[in-house]
Amino acid sequence: MNALNQYIELYDASRHDIDCHSAEVLNALRPEAADILRTATLPRQGADNYENCDLEQMLAPDFGIDLNDLFPIPANMPPMPEGVLLGSLRTIAQSHPELVSKYYGHAADIHNPVVALNTMLVRDGLMLYVPKGVALKSPIQLINVLNDVRPLMSIRRILVVLDEGAEAGLMVCDRTQRDNVDYLALQTVELFVGPGATLHYYDLEESSAHTGRISSLYLRQERDSRVTVNGHTLFNGTTRNEYHCRFMGENASLKLYGMAIEDCERHISTYSRIEHGVPHCHSDELFKISADGESRCAFTGRIVVEEGAVGTEAYQACRNLLASDQARVEARPELEIYNDDVKCSHGCATGQLDETQLFYMRTRGIPEPQARLLLRQAFMNDVIDAIEMPGLRDRLRLLVEKRFAGAQAPCSSCALADSNNPSNKKCQ
Amino acid sequence: MLKVKDLKAEINGREILRGINLEIHPGEVHAIMGPNGSGKSTLSMVLAGNPAYTVTGGEATLCGKNLLDMTPEVRSHEGLFLGFQYPVEIPGVSMVNFMRAAINAKREYFHQPPMSAADFLKLMREKRAVVELDNKLASRSVNEGFSGGEKKRNEIFQMAMLEPKLSILDETDSGLDIDALRIVANGVNKLRSKDNSTIVITHYQRLLDYIAPDFVHILYKGRIVMTGGPELALELEERGYDWIKEQEDAK
Repeated sequence: MNALNQYIELYDASRHDIDCHSAEVLNALRPEAADILRTATLPRQGADNYENCDLEQMLAPDFGIDLNDLFPIPANMPPMPEGVLLGSLRTIAQSHPELVSKYYGHAADIHNPVVALNTMLVRDGLMLYVPKGVALKSPIQLINVLNDVRPLMSIRRILVVLDEGAEAGLMVCDRTQRDNVDYLALQTVELFVGPGATLHYYDLEESSAHTGRISSLYLRQERDSRVTVNGHTLFNGTTRNEYHCRFMGENASLKLYGMAIEDCERHISTYSRIEHGVPHCHSDELFKISADGESRCAFTGRIVVEEGAVGTEAYQACRNLLASDQARVEARPELEIYNDDVKCSHGCATGQLDETQLFYMRTRGIPEPQARLLLRQAFMNDVIDAIEMPGLRDRLRLLVEKRFAGAQAPCSSCALADSNNPSNKKCQ
Repeated sequence: MLKVKDLKAEINGREILRGINLEIHPGEVHAIMGPNGSGKSTLSMVLAGNPAYTVTGGEATLCGKNLLDMTPEVRSHEGLFLGFQYPVEIPGVSMVNFMRAAINAKREYFHQPPMSAADFLKLMREKRAVVELDNKLASRSVNEGFSGGEKKRNEIFQMAMLEPKLSILDETDSGLDIDALRIVANGVNKLRSKDNSTIVITHYQRLLDYIAPDFVHILYKGRIVMTGGPELALELEERGYDWIKEQEDAK
């Protein structure tokens, strides 16, 4: 049984069509990706770094391939500063092949089977290029909506390149409009942050229980760059989020934060790897999971401090709240250090709500269910506080409050929000 | 106001309260003193409804209503307040949200609509003044990063907000310097009226210089073994507890 075979066959049969609906830069990498997949096997569930993640099962349905243009660019896009490129990766790869080929596929590891699969089949996605010294005043929001009546696999790519001293914020929202159709989102993200550049990257998933999501994010940071990556899973089905981060130049800093609110039979598996390959970089990692119902959650985080990466500061924490007897969280914080001149810590704690805090609140008249709710919201606060866009921070706090309070409505601030289609059904 | 009759309670199978009898009328201040481990904090926890303790016998009523049947939140709505010996830190829950939840829960219990934001902030401002609580503290997480004195002031602030009928102040004086003690005690005195009552649990006469009790009870081995006027506290200050222990242990 190898779920990859159907996609290799599909590629072999439709290669011409796929190429025609994409760009040369993207097409150039397909043969290598296909060759890798021909001999690859998907990691088994429970293998190292794949706790609670069954890629085989996620890729087992034959979704086929949808050749429709998946990337309508709104007509009313606000004007961008000169030199900024924002839009369809395919289009920009056609108009600026030299720029795109310099970066496309250079951060993502094509030997990672899900990256290879994405590379073999992807036709389009989002590209953002910000030239030297340019700062985007407003953040950019990308809303992915899955709304087909038939099962659908959405294969997409995000490529962000910030030149020296550039600044940008990007928020990616994943939504589904139907509760009972199987969807799979297969996403590879490559972020290149140049010397002294600043990037804020936010990711919000609110999809149905029938949705799978495999996201592999690759980050390359040059000297003196500052990056925040903050991922939020409010509603999902089965999610695999990978964060592969590497410092390429000195004095760069990264804040890698994330949260997941899981209940019912949802699954989430988070994998992160932060590589300190050069001296004097700073990484701060925090992931939090609230696991209720019969959810299955896993976090594996590895920080590698290489020989010669002196003066490294790397902190990693994973904190989890178990809200039911049936929920499970597996957490593996890992540090690999190959030199002595470092400040590192890693910690992991999984527990329940504090009974003393609960009692204290109840003595003030706050009913127990509300006290529990306040404490669960409070648990996620430091992840939300790390968001550097004030408007988004307030918005997310509200969404988290609503999520814990049992609300089902999706983010209503999104342009495409449809109040008739709740993003999810409540369990039971 | 409060009637406690032969109240017995245990924690983890260990009997701590072994038959407490206590009656408190409106407007009265009662001090409960006693050596370490005599059951003072347990009595406050049991009256407030801490689920870690099991009541094994006896009765406790507040204004004629059976306290022991009520959840901690309903006891609060009915007018019971416990000032904690060790106020609990709740990172991530702001004082404002905490108090608003508390006030509005009580209003809901009495079928009143939630308080408007403006009225609520006005109330916060007014009650903060009672204990000179800094506005900055009120906008922070509950007790997080508060000094010992600030935490105790915050307890009295919450008491002022909730306007209880009966307040139990469990070692509110512990960890306070003289200035903080005066502020806290003044706060308690400002809130005193002929309609509400206070139980002050303390080790030291010092607090009673500021909050004058009508009655002083001595708790020993889970029972009230002696009751007197304010002079009893002075006597304890002078003689310690040994004479009481000897007297009781001889029985």
